[in-house]
Amino acid sequence: MPRKLPEYNAASLADIAFMLLIFFLVTTTMDIDSGLERRLPQWVDPSEIDETPPIKERNIFVVLVNRDDRLLVEGEPTRIDDLKAKTKEFLTNPLDKNDLPEKTVKEIDFFGPTEILTGSAVISLRNDVGTSYGTYIRVQNELVAAINELRDDLAIQKFGKPFNDLDADRQDAIKEIYPQKISEAEPKKIGGK
Amino acid sequence: MSKFRKDGGKETPAISTSALPDIVFMLLFFFMVTTTMRETTLFVKITLPQATEVTKLEKKSLVSYIYVGPPMPQYQAQFGNEPRIQLNDKFAQLGELLDFVEAERQARDESERGQIITSLKVDEYTKMGIVTDIKQELRKAAALHINYSARKGRKN
Repeated sequence: MPRKLPEYNAASLADIAFMLLIFFLVTTTMDIDSGLERRLPQWVDPSEIDETPPIKERNIFVVLVNRDDRLLVEGEPTRIDDLKAKTKEFLTNPLDKNDLPEKTVKEIDFFGPTEILTGSAVISLRNDVGTSYGTYIRVQNELVAAINELRDDLAIQKFGKPFNDLDADRQDAIKEIYPQKISEAEPKKIGGK
Repeated sequence: MSKFRKDGGKETPAISTSALPDIVFMLLFFFMVTTTMRETTLFVKITLPQATEVTKLEKKSLVSYIYVGPPMPQYQAQFGNEPRIQLNDKFAQLGELLDFVEAERQARDESERGQIITSLKVDEYTKMGIVTDIKQELRKAAALHINYSARKGRKN
C-alpha cells in the first residue's frame, strides 16, 4: 500500500488570496461610462457660412443661455424647470399656433399618414463663453427629456410599450415623428462684457 | 466535586477554515473579472454634472477621453487653477487636439476608424468657452460623435 502524502498546511493560502483581493478592491473602478450623446455638425469654413438657406423664425426653437446661467427661450426669460414643457409644446404644436412650427403630412410605417413637423424644425441651443458647463448639461438634459417623454407617450399610446422596449423598426418610426434635432450653434457673447 | 463532569471539560472543536480560501478566491475572481484598471492618472479635478437622460457608452474600445477641469492641488502651483485640458497622461494645449484625435484614430482597427466616439469629461463648474473651443477642434478633426459624460442623477 502506497504511503499517504502528508497534507500541506493551507492556512496561509487564505492570507495570500486576501492580499490579492484587497489589491483588486483598491484598484478597481466600477463606474460605467454614461452621458448624453451628440453628433456635431460637419466643420464648415467660416467664409462659407452665410450661404445656408434661412429657416423660418417659427420653425426654430431658440434657447439662449447667458453667462449668469439664465435662460432666454424664444425671447422670454425662463426657468430651467419650465423648459421641458415649452420644448414639448414646440415639438407638438397642439393648437396649430402661428408662432409654432409648421406641420406636414407624411407617410410613416405603422402609423400611416401622420402630421409631423417640417424637416426644418430645429432646436437651437446657444451659449455664452461664460456659461457654466453644469447648466449647459442641465439644459441639454431637459431638451432630451422632452423628446424622450414625447417618444415614450407615443410608444405607449400606439404599441402599449415604452420606447426602449420596442424593436428597431418601431423605434425608427417614432424617431421619424419626433427626431432629436438639437443644433449647437457657434457661441456668441450674449450680454455682459 | 461533581462526579459526572469529565476531566478538562468538553472543548468546542475548532472551526474548520479550509473553505475560507475558496470563498476568498471566488471574491477575488469576481473582482478580477469586473475590474478595469485606471488607464490614466487624472491631473485635473472633475465633478461630472448630473443628468437624468443619460445613455450608456457601449463600445469602450471606440472611446477616447478628453478631460477638462481645474488642476489637482499639487499641480496648481505650476499650472494655476483655471480649467485645463488633459489628454492621455499630460496637460495639453488646444492645438494638440487635432494630433490627439489623429493618433487615437490610428490606434484603432481600420474598420472602426470612422466610428470613434469622443467622451468629454468636463468639470461641472468649467466655463463653456473652453468646451466650445474643444468642440470646434473636434469638428475640424471630423470626430463628430461625442458624448458629454454625466452621472445618472436625481431629477434637478
